[in-house]
Amino acid sequence: MPEPLSAVPLNTPATLVAVGGERGFRRRLMELGLTPGVAIQVLNIAPLGDPLEILVRGCHLSLRRAEADSIQVER
Amino acid sequence: MNARPQPLVAIAGNPNAGKTTLFNRLTGSRGRVGNYPGVTVERHSGHIFLDAHGRVDLVDVPGAYSLAARSGEEQVAIEAVLGLSGNPRPDLVVLCVDATQLVRNLYLTLQIQELGQRVVVALTMVDEADRLGGTPDADALEEILGCVVVPVNAQTGEGLPDLKRAISEGLTADAAPIWRWSPSPSLAESIASARAHLPPGWPASDAMALWVLSSLEERAELRGITPELARAAQLEPAAGMAVDEEVARARYGWLDANVAALASDPTPDPWTARLDRVLIHPVWGFGVFLALMFVVFQSLFSWADPAIGLVEGIFGWLGEAASGALPASLLTDLLVEGVIGGVGSVVVFLPQILLLFFFVGLMEDSGYMARVAYLMDRVMRSMNLHGRAFVPMLSGFACAVPAVMATRTMERRRDRLLTMMVVPLMTCSARLPVYTLIIAALFPVGAAAGVFPIQGALMIGIYLFSTFTALAAAWVLSKTMKPLRGEGAPFLMELPPYRRPRLPDVLRMMWGRSRLFLSEAGSVILVCTVILWGLLTFPSVPAPDLTGLNDAQIEQVEMTHQGQQLRESYAGRLGQAIEPTISPLGFDWKMGVGLIGAFAAREVFVSTMGVVYNVGGDVDEESVSLRERIRAETRADGKPAYTPLVGLSLMVFFALACQCMSTLAVVKRESGGWRWPAFLFVYMTALAWIASFTVYQGGRLLGFS
Repeated sequence: MPEPLSAVPLNTPATLVAVGGERGFRRRLMELGLTPGVAIQVLNIAPLGDPLEILVRGCHLSLRRAEADSIQVER
Repeated sequence: MNARPQPLVAIAGNPNAGKTTLFNRLTGSRGRVGNYPGVTVERHSGHIFLDAHGRVDLVDVPGAYSLAARSGEEQVAIEAVLGLSGNPRPDLVVLCVDATQLVRNLYLTLQIQELGQRVVVALTMVDEADRLGGTPDADALEEILGCVVVPVNAQTGEGLPDLKRAISEGLTADAAPIWRWSPSPSLAESIASARAHLPPGWPASDAMALWVLSSLEERAELRGITPELARAAQLEPAAGMAVDEEVARARYGWLDANVAALASDPTPDPWTARLDRVLIHPVWGFGVFLALMFVVFQSLFSWADPAIGLVEGIFGWLGEAASGALPASLLTDLLVEGVIGGVGSVVVFLPQILLLFFFVGLMEDSGYMARVAYLMDRVMRSMNLHGRAFVPMLSGFACAVPAVMATRTMERRRDRLLTMMVVPLMTCSARLPVYTLIIAALFPVGAAAGVFPIQGALMIGIYLFSTFTALAAAWVLSKTMKPLRGEGAPFLMELPPYRRPRLPDVLRMMWGRSRLFLSEAGSVILVCTVILWGLLTFPSVPAPDLTGLNDAQIEQVEMTHQGQQLRESYAGRLGQAIEPTISPLGFDWKMGVGLIGAFAAREVFVSTMGVVYNVGGDVDEESVSLRERIRAETRADGKPAYTPLVGLSLMVFFALACQCMSTLAVVKRESGGWRWPAFLFVYMTALAWIASFTVYQGGRLLGFS
């Protein structure tokens, strides 16, 4: 069952299923390599609870929880 | 067609791929910083000499993960690569490709190959890749990509001769578009229809049409899109999303199938992991961050002082030397007070600008600045500010001029503009002498309620007031002003591995920024200084007769003359003319003259008041004679002109009003026009007037005088 990335516990490997959200943001994510099928995991949460640090294609990205909600993954 | 005498090479690459270091390495000291036409995006250019071609120009393309754009600033990347919108067309593009992030970095390479540009790949960070499991095989990569691949180490200069050779040979190579994937029938149809409507100056290629299809969406603000093209190429949201997905999947699909095997398994950098355990730790992370910010603040606030003193000393000496060497005349006066004083008031900002950019450079090049944004995003976002806005905001406590320049660390124009609009509200060090004078002159030394020392509490209070106002202003502006609106602005940022900053890169950036400040903001400040000098000098009052007076009398007569000159000058008359607008705030026209004088720099208020009250312009905020004179000043009805309530109103006015031509000049430079500084001036002055009015009239209603 796909679930939002923000619901996946830390350091749990997952596979990206789909990226949602507004077009420009979604395109930017996909250009950074968040394409369906890629391995993705949440590495860290910033001290104040937001944003998140994610690892995808060996690259560390930071995005907000609300934005991570629009990324669907499968464990 | 090509009228340029020498070939042009563009250097492009993802952010954090080592592009700046490579560019600096190649061009050495022959680099220049300017702006791309029409936008406030820095354009670095330089040149190299190649045996086969002589001089070859180099230009740096702003760092980007993709050429697709949603703003005019992002559009600069494709314009620079293809030579659109008044940019010269590069003959070759050198792509910096981070060897540790091979697949993601090559996405941009594929795009540029689709556009048909000649490409040479410079494989950077090879030392890091070696450490983390192996550098990709350059020969194999060359085979796959169909272009020359040169491993380079920009830190040591290794591989640079090979790169230059590759550039030299690449300049004359054949160029043809290379596509690694075939568009679906529906996308091919969209490409064909968009292609038919591309404007004349753009290449009529499939890749250019695809760029428009990818970039053009509801929220995009792009240049050069004709209505016909928009009709032909703006897709319905669902169709646009389908195109985005098809394109990204196709390019990454090809890279995954062909290149991924060459890349070493991405092992995270152990040093980065170790450092991050501390630097983004809930306790230690904030501890280190606050300590570092303290150092930055302290350096601007006090370490810059000796250098500032030195600059002031040098220009003071120059002024005295000039007025001693030249006959006393209006021209000498203009030279000394207008020109030398004006240049001095520009150069005086350099110590703080250099220091701030030293720290900003270290933080950016080491990768720490991204962590600052990561730590602070939650706090700053509640005011709709970017996480990186923290550094400029904090620097604003020292001086708004370097702080406004430091907004450059943010990528998006909206984030920069919003920060620029609120930084001048922070209590800068130039306001301190004004507060000190007012507090010392008008408020008792004692303690309120037996506990709080009144004077100290007032000082802390005004700091808190200004900080709160700046944050609230950010929130209000981001909710009301369309160009500053922040909703839906995503926060997507790479957390690059920590890297050792290279001092030459940092120094070069410090110098580049300072030069831009001196040449562009400096000229505005200089002109304003001369105008202000004119307002204070004309019409001139004849010098008094000093014959038969002793030294003390001469001093007294001269101070009275200075005062009379100021009061009758255009500035003095302006002060009198604005009296009706400032009397509801509790100010008389003499304070109005002080406010006008303060426009040169806020601390000038103190010396202007000294002149207005005939105690001479050499007073400072600790001056007893000026304090006493202020306490003794009366209105026409014999009541004291300065009461604690007037003092409070004056402090509030100084806290909020945009009385600083240098700030306006630097905002003009950084925002690329007069629109934003004009808005800044109007909104801050209106805010100041309303707040002072509320304080003064409210205080009177409560029975204070």
